[in-house]
Amino acid sequence: MEREPGAAGARRALGRRLEAVLASRSEANAVFDILAVLQSEDQEEIQEAVRTCSRLFGALLERGELFVGQLPSEEMVMTGSRGAMRKYKVWMRHRYHSCCNRLGELLGHPSFQVKELALGTLMKFVQLEGVHPLEKPKWEGNYLFPQDLFKLVVGGLLSPEEDQSLLLSQFREYLDHDDIRYHTMRAAVDTVARVTGQYPEVPPTFWNNTFMLLSAVSLPRQEPTASSFYVKRTELSDTWKVAHLKEHRKAFQAMWLNFLKHKLPLSLYKKVLVIVHDAILPQLAQPTLMIDFLTRACDLGGALSLLALNGLFILIHKHNLEYPDFYRKLYGLLDPSVFHVKYRARFFHLADLFLSSSHLPAYLVAAFAKRLARLALTAPPEALLMVLPFICNLLRRHPACRVLVHRPHGPELDADPYDPGEEDPAQSRALESSLWELQALQRHYHPEVSKAASVINQALSVPEVSIAPLLELTAYEIFERDLKKKGPEPVPLEFLPAQGLLGRPGDVCAQHFTLS
Amino acid sequence: MGKAKKVKARRKPSGAPAGARGGPAKASSNPFEVKVNRQKFQILGRKTRHDVGLPGVSRARALRKRTQTLLKEYKERDKSNVFRDKRFGEYNSSMTPEEKMMKRFALEQQRHHEKKSIYNLNEDEELTHYGQSLADIEKHNDIVDSDSDAEDRGVLSAELTAAHFGGGGELLHKKTPQEGEEQEKPKSRKELIEELIAKSKQEKRERQAQREDALELTEKLDQDWKEIQTLLSHKTPKSENRDKKEKPKPDAYDMMVRELGFEMKAQPSSRMKTEAELAKEEQERLRKLEAERLRRMLGKDEDEDIKKPKHTSADDLSDGFVLDKDDRRLLSYKDGKMNVEENVLDEEEEEQSKEAGDTESNEEEGDSSGREDTEESDSPDSHLDLESNTESEEENQEPAKEQRQTPGNGLLGRQERAGKAARDELPYTFAAPESYEELRALLLGRSLEEQLLVVERIQKCTHPSLAEGNKAKLEKLFGFLLEYVGDLAANDPPDLRVIDKLVVRQLYHLCQMFPASASEAVKFVLRDAMHEMEEMIEAKGRTPLPGLGVLIYLKITGLLFPTSDFWHPVVTPALVCLSQLLTKCPILSLQDAVKGLFACCLFLEYVALSQRFIPELINFLLGILYIATPNKASQGSTLVHPFRALGKNSELLVVSDKEDAATWQPSRLSLRWASGLRVPTSTEANHIRLSCLAVGLALLKRCVLMYGALPSFHAIAAPLRALLVDHLAECSHPRELQELCQSTLTEMDSQKQLCRPLTCEKSRPVPLKLFTPRLVKVLEFGRKQGSTKEEQERKRLIHKHKREFKGAVREIRKDNQFLARMQLSEIMERDAERKRKVKQLFNSLATQEGEWKALKRKKFKK
Repeated sequence: MEREPGAAGARRALGRRLEAVLASRSEANAVFDILAVLQSEDQEEIQEAVRTCSRLFGALLERGELFVGQLPSEEMVMTGSRGAMRKYKVWMRHRYHSCCNRLGELLGHPSFQVKELALGTLMKFVQLEGVHPLEKPKWEGNYLFPQDLFKLVVGGLLSPEEDQSLLLSQFREYLDHDDIRYHTMRAAVDTVARVTGQYPEVPPTFWNNTFMLLSAVSLPRQEPTASSFYVKRTELSDTWKVAHLKEHRKAFQAMWLNFLKHKLPLSLYKKVLVIVHDAILPQLAQPTLMIDFLTRACDLGGALSLLALNGLFILIHKHNLEYPDFYRKLYGLLDPSVFHVKYRARFFHLADLFLSSSHLPAYLVAAFAKRLARLALTAPPEALLMVLPFICNLLRRHPACRVLVHRPHGPELDADPYDPGEEDPAQSRALESSLWELQALQRHYHPEVSKAASVINQALSVPEVSIAPLLELTAYEIFERDLKKKGPEPVPLEFLPAQGLLGRPGDVCAQHFTLS
Repeated sequence: MGKAKKVKARRKPSGAPAGARGGPAKASSNPFEVKVNRQKFQILGRKTRHDVGLPGVSRARALRKRTQTLLKEYKERDKSNVFRDKRFGEYNSSMTPEEKMMKRFALEQQRHHEKKSIYNLNEDEELTHYGQSLADIEKHNDIVDSDSDAEDRGVLSAELTAAHFGGGGELLHKKTPQEGEEQEKPKSRKELIEELIAKSKQEKRERQAQREDALELTEKLDQDWKEIQTLLSHKTPKSENRDKKEKPKPDAYDMMVRELGFEMKAQPSSRMKTEAELAKEEQERLRKLEAERLRRMLGKDEDEDIKKPKHTSADDLSDGFVLDKDDRRLLSYKDGKMNVEENVLDEEEEEQSKEAGDTESNEEEGDSSGREDTEESDSPDSHLDLESNTESEEENQEPAKEQRQTPGNGLLGRQERAGKAARDELPYTFAAPESYEELRALLLGRSLEEQLLVVERIQKCTHPSLAEGNKAKLEKLFGFLLEYVGDLAANDPPDLRVIDKLVVRQLYHLCQMFPASASEAVKFVLRDAMHEMEEMIEAKGRTPLPGLGVLIYLKITGLLFPTSDFWHPVVTPALVCLSQLLTKCPILSLQDAVKGLFACCLFLEYVALSQRFIPELINFLLGILYIATPNKASQGSTLVHPFRALGKNSELLVVSDKEDAATWQPSRLSLRWASGLRVPTSTEANHIRLSCLAVGLALLKRCVLMYGALPSFHAIAAPLRALLVDHLAECSHPRELQELCQSTLTEMDSQKQLCRPLTCEKSRPVPLKLFTPRLVKVLEFGRKQGSTKEEQERKRLIHKHKREFKGAVREIRKDNQFLARMQLSEIMERDAERKRKVKQLFNSLATQEGEWKALKRKKFKK
């Protein structure tokens, strides 16, 4: 066989072979040539071959020239003395099978175009196979879906080696169809089980790919009136599992639980926890099953704990979960770094949410207020401007805690009874203490902080101060605000004349620094 | 007796007509005339207008009025002749009465002044003055006489005045005893006055006669004197001559005296102030400024705006008076003595303490009592502050002393000495630079003295008083200089000496001249620095410490503006900037540590006076201490952001080499290290490390002293304390550092903490709301409410018109009745007359008839 140079030549040659194969069954051996090109190194050629395969097998599937039913082995059929037509069909089915396998491999090809094309072709085959099933229906109206083929697709998508995020975002549009979504969830479970069994140390890319796929799956909120199927069906049946949201939910739950029961990398924990409260929990059949995962995440510390607490809070709040250590864990999260981390706004938003109930015991709220006040002694002004109203809000919500700022005839104490080292808020003796920290902060150098801390000097006003606009406050914003504020005219000036850059000999700078 | 009679007699005639008139005032005089409209019910708010009336009286009045007017008209109804007043301008209302009189007088004169003969030219009208011919007056024009005359004329006799101005009674009273016996009949007032006038005229005449006599006598005397004068002629001329000579030729001395007297007196120039007075004045000024500063530090003015009393009590006079300051002095004690505000006493104390007290604290107390006396007595808690304020007061005092010296020669003299060499080569005038490049070109390559001189001359050449646009130029110069400072700081090595001098001289002075633009310029550079940092933070979450320039800017900000204000348009942003430096910038190298420590120093200096709390500073110092100790897992939990418990830079300041530690000498950190790119040797680096640690410890000690009084000091200091104990446990540090640690620890422990439970200020009870009554104008009760103003006015007018109309109709009806009555009475009168006449006629006829019959009977008889 002559080979013409270049992609155009290849295309022409492939086209000729395709026509030959489709025209007469005697030319069927040309399929090998086409399949051989699929193994090529050249990207262009592969694309051409994939397109040719797509057309070829698409046509064969439509014509029904592929063997239907349990596929016997090739040698057995060839040696057997069945009809030539059956032999041809079985043989062609084997070619189709190898073609699909090759396409599955191509999903891991370095070139994105090839990947995309392979995915498209495979999905086309899935569609065609759904319409013209390659297995015999067991009974009338039996729901048939090319599950093996689809598993191949999902397996290719969840590659352990390669980052498939682009391809997955392509795949996302197929997930709008109910059947694809359902089978994806089931296939994902299989794939995860297979891969984790296969590798002793699962590579993080696999987890990332899996997470991408899983997070792309979103169930409809209520039972859809008209289900949309990727595989065109002539008549729909109520007996099909794929048509019920309940089954979807079950599949969804199985998928996530199977995924989360494995040991995931920390970054992935974070990603999962960020979406857990609004994308995963509401769609599970039994949300309380997530508790294992959440408690595990809770022990990790830092931002993860906080996010896990958010999930737990939803379980407690909406699903009646009993979790006695919740506030203790939240209390444990309060350490000096909380004012300096990036997720500060989220933390305090959630903390505000968690502590919004007016039915919390006074000792608990007092412990939180005292702890926050203690931590405020190390906080920068932008955090102080937020946390001071936060503390005052706590006191407003819980009048029993007002003794922290107003204890008219209390005895004078030698030391603060509050125990900062105690982990249990109940044992911290915060209610016996007072918020002296706020009194200290009244002498803070920034005027607004000083004012915010001075609120406790008067009886607290009734309405709470909304801290939502203060959550995202940054030092730069404070700086800009201070710069723009109109001051007294004229600007007050230093009346002592300057005595050099470092000031007078007695000044701090001059004591410790020299210019030379 | 007579008097009493007279009073009675006089009252009688006056009483009679009053009764006849029957005015309402005399209503009680005749009870039969009063008609009372009795009211059945008292109705609140109703005005009763017609409860009492005098119908008879009013009817009589109306009748009288009609007889005077209507009856007259009626009687003259057929008459056509009219009385006409033909006096000049009588009916001309446009003329004033004076004009009328003048015109009438002129007409009168014309009428009377027909010349008797046309040929007599001399016949002229006689001019008079006060009724006397002017020709007569011209005759005796004696000055003395006229004077006395004028005097006399002005004075009226006591009797006259008494008679004219209400003294009539007295006058009468005086006269009656004399005349009462002669004349039984009392004199009328008119007679009295005539008598008075006659009397005064007589007096006048007598006086004139007297004067004439005197005149005649003096003339006679003169004549006699002239006769005798001839006898004395040989002697007198001399004396006369001498007098005459002396008068025209005054003495030179006198002239001088006169001249001097009139000469403009020079204004008394203000006395040169003595050294002590100047110092005192300066001290006074500083004290005032300090008081102002304190007020701003406490943020009082802002509070005052808010604290306006919202509630006004019922007793408020709403005259805007608010008792805002309690002037009463609070009794306070100091050193066991009552604190009296008497400068004398304090000064004595001051002197004593200066002489006797060697220790610092003693002197300070004395000083402060002299200085801060007023403040102390004003604010009750300042005594508490005093203990912690000692340092700040020391600082306050020093500048005052220096200030005393500088105005004389300090500043200028030093400058002159420095620039003597450079002076000759430089041109004397410099144009103010229009751009930063120009300034840079001017200054670059010159020595320190020259640079200073150039900037100084620029400033002098463009003094705002010299030309119009100079102010703007100098304002710009400030910005350029700031930029130049930034450039200098960025140099390697940084030209810190130039900055040093520039700051002292030029920037400070320019800032004092143009506070507004200077503050804008400083704000601008700060915003630049912050913006740069913010961009980095947004991108990476952290930022390297900015260059030395930003630190220098911050330092300059602190020098130019008062750092103790509660809120200041420049200083507050600068504080936020410093806070960013200390929280967002990780310490990655020794340079960073030096810069960070410098920022700490700045921060401390900013709050040196106001003693405010800086959490970032404590955190940073904690971090510095942490990176100077070998890692220990237990301590990491209290560390906050820029520092990490574990990692590459967590042992940055740890000195491992014992030998270096031994050779280290305590010294001040050089700012050059902050920017120097030069890599120090390991020994040098170790020395820098130890110095950093020393500075950190010193700053920490300062913080401990400053914040010792804070309510939760122990909570703040707990992590520091733990680290310090660690430091002490290590013996590798030099002795000085260990001592520093030890003293800081003891300071910390010595801070006694009192945990007094917090209490809110008692809020005043909210007073009940008092509503002021709403006032509605009620024009008339009943009908006319509830409509608009115009409608009411219209109704009122309609009502009035109706009433008037009715009244007029009634009047007309009464007039007609009156007239009818009059006509009837006329007719009756006429009829009666006719009857009478007819009767008379009948009578006469009857008589005639009788007579005739009698005559006839007689005849008949005969």
